[in-house]
Amino acid sequence: MKKIILTSLALLTITLSLNAQRIKGSDTVLPLSQKEAESYKKANPKSTVSVTGGGSGVGLSALLAGTTDIAQASRKIKFDEKQKLQEGGKTAKEVIIAYDALAVVVHPSNKVTKLTRQQLEGIFTGKINNWKELGGENLKIVPYSRETSSGTYEFFKEHVLKNKNYMNGIMSMPATGAIVQSVSQTKGAIGYIGLAYLNKSVRAVSVSYDSGKTYIEPSVANAKNKTYPVVRPLYYYYELKSQAKVKPFIDYVLSTAGQKIVSEVGFVPIK
Amino acid sequence: MKRIKRILERTIESILTVSGAVTSIAILLIVIFLFKEGLGLFKSPSVEKGYSLYVNSKNTVNDLDVEDVKHIFDSEVENWKDLGGSDQEIKIFRFEEIFNIYSDEELGKDYSLLPEKLGEVIIENPNIIAYLPQQYAPTDIQGVKALPSKDISIGDFFGGREWMPTSTPSPLFGVLPLILGTLIVSIIAILIALPLGLGVAIYLSELAGERTRKLMKPTIELLAGIPSVVYGFFGLVVLVPIVQKVFGLSVGETAFTGSLILAIMALPTIITVAEDALRNTPRDMREASLALGATQWQTIYKVVIPYSASGISAAVVLGIGRAMGETMAVLMVTGNAAVIPHSVFEPVRTIPATIAAELGEAPAGGAHYQSLFLLGCILFIITMIVSITAEVISKKQSNKGV
Repeated sequence: MKKIILTSLALLTITLSLNAQRIKGSDTVLPLSQKEAESYKKANPKSTVSVTGGGSGVGLSALLAGTTDIAQASRKIKFDEKQKLQEGGKTAKEVIIAYDALAVVVHPSNKVTKLTRQQLEGIFTGKINNWKELGGENLKIVPYSRETSSGTYEFFKEHVLKNKNYMNGIMSMPATGAIVQSVSQTKGAIGYIGLAYLNKSVRAVSVSYDSGKTYIEPSVANAKNKTYPVVRPLYYYYELKSQAKVKPFIDYVLSTAGQKIVSEVGFVPIK
Repeated sequence: MKRIKRILERTIESILTVSGAVTSIAILLIVIFLFKEGLGLFKSPSVEKGYSLYVNSKNTVNDLDVEDVKHIFDSEVENWKDLGGSDQEIKIFRFEEIFNIYSDEELGKDYSLLPEKLGEVIIENPNIIAYLPQQYAPTDIQGVKALPSKDISIGDFFGGREWMPTSTPSPLFGVLPLILGTLIVSIIAILIALPLGLGVAIYLSELAGERTRKLMKPTIELLAGIPSVVYGFFGLVVLVPIVQKVFGLSVGETAFTGSLILAIMALPTIITVAEDALRNTPRDMREASLALGATQWQTIYKVVIPYSASGISAAVVLGIGRAMGETMAVLMVTGNAAVIPHSVFEPVRTIPATIAAELGEAPAGGAHYQSLFLLGCILFIITMIVSITAEVISKKQSNKGV
């Protein structure tokens, strides 16, 4: 009797693992992947999808090691990561599953409502340190950043600071939620967060990428019509050989139902 | 029957010996591992591993130190003149930019034409500084000069004032702000927690009635069971705004806020251990003291405390250890700014917070990874010094006293 149970259990795990898909990587994409996996499982009761976080870099190295089927990333694969995959005889395929807009937020009492990219660069590299210089009141600017392990940190550095380093001794917070909390209770604060985290306790500023000609307010609509400039794609990477295995799930994410979840989670759908 | 008993005793004895040995070996292995990984840092090049800096061979600058490289790539130095070269603007070229100039097809199969194209770019621009992977470096091409890369020096590590481990091309590993941050937060935490903790311990063991004690002790021990993230969250939401308002600061995330949270967290440890030590004073001694006409306070001060000095010092060491090594709560309330603090009301970054926040994404074996291990070594040495000092002090006291 015992034997039968054991063998059937073993068989069950084998069949499960055949259908199981593992997704690993970025913490930004994590909530989206989880929601997608849940509703995918509802639609296909036989399949299993397991989702774990850890950071974009962690996901991509797991793809290289073969411990995940899909690597979720909030940044594009780096050249040396691609190189390592090629050396390991693997070809990474890239799919953009959604877009994420970054909002620059300040304390609700702040009078400054719009900033140019150059001004943002000045603030976060430490060249501008009083709100007076930007037309606000005489108050010290306190910039909040994410920790270095975050893909958001990298993206903001690349696109807004044009690859310059953040100022020495910038406040760095372990999570986006902590940035919202800190900005909401510090008068001179400024920080950057994903659009999904935007709430009433902080105020988003409009951003201009053309030296002050047009200022665009961060919103899903503006991100969708490509007018808002601080937008990044979110990626799934998978290996060419496991295409047959992961295709159904990725197709589901890209389908109308999947993209509806994208908007529900607070990201911007691709279409 | 007797024999079986003997064998059983033997086995238990050997199990105990083995478990002792295993623990010691495990500790030793951890320490060796820590130092082995950490010390590798001083063999790492100061420019990211596998990458080098290249300039046009007409450029007269032959050598750049880490600070110069950082200033160039942050556009703080914009002319070669400032670095001892000729008067021309510096053009920064990052490897990824080549893909904006040429498509993957133009670079040939497996990027075989990449070094050649990179060489062309460098030759065309006499004012260029290019940051390229050595694998595709245009090394054999005339007109291209590689800048020599030095190893990270011990002086730069311990004396450096800037901690920018992900800055490219030259990460800066200056641990001075982190060490000072850790020390300042822990010392203030201990200064707050120690008098308070010892006071409560003395009250509980000597002065409080049985009912109060039965009620208070479990409550205090409950404090030790709260997860540190919860403390951190409490600190961020409650303590940070309070500190900000009371002291009129522009930022509430300061070293002092961290110390407050740590003090609260270290209290249960200090109270429990110290109270146990105080209560271990034999009844005879107390009664002898009282019989000699000493008041209760004199008995506490002259007899009970000296008798339990070593237990109290154990409480102090455990409390300091808790404060030094605490990660999550501090990570959330100190602001994590890697600057040398000038007062306790400035943001600081501590060693444990740095390790926790950065290890996840530091590529294994790289300079960043090794520097984090070295930070672990430093933390280990600091706590070791603390416990040895406490040991020495308590020994001295017990020789002198009673």
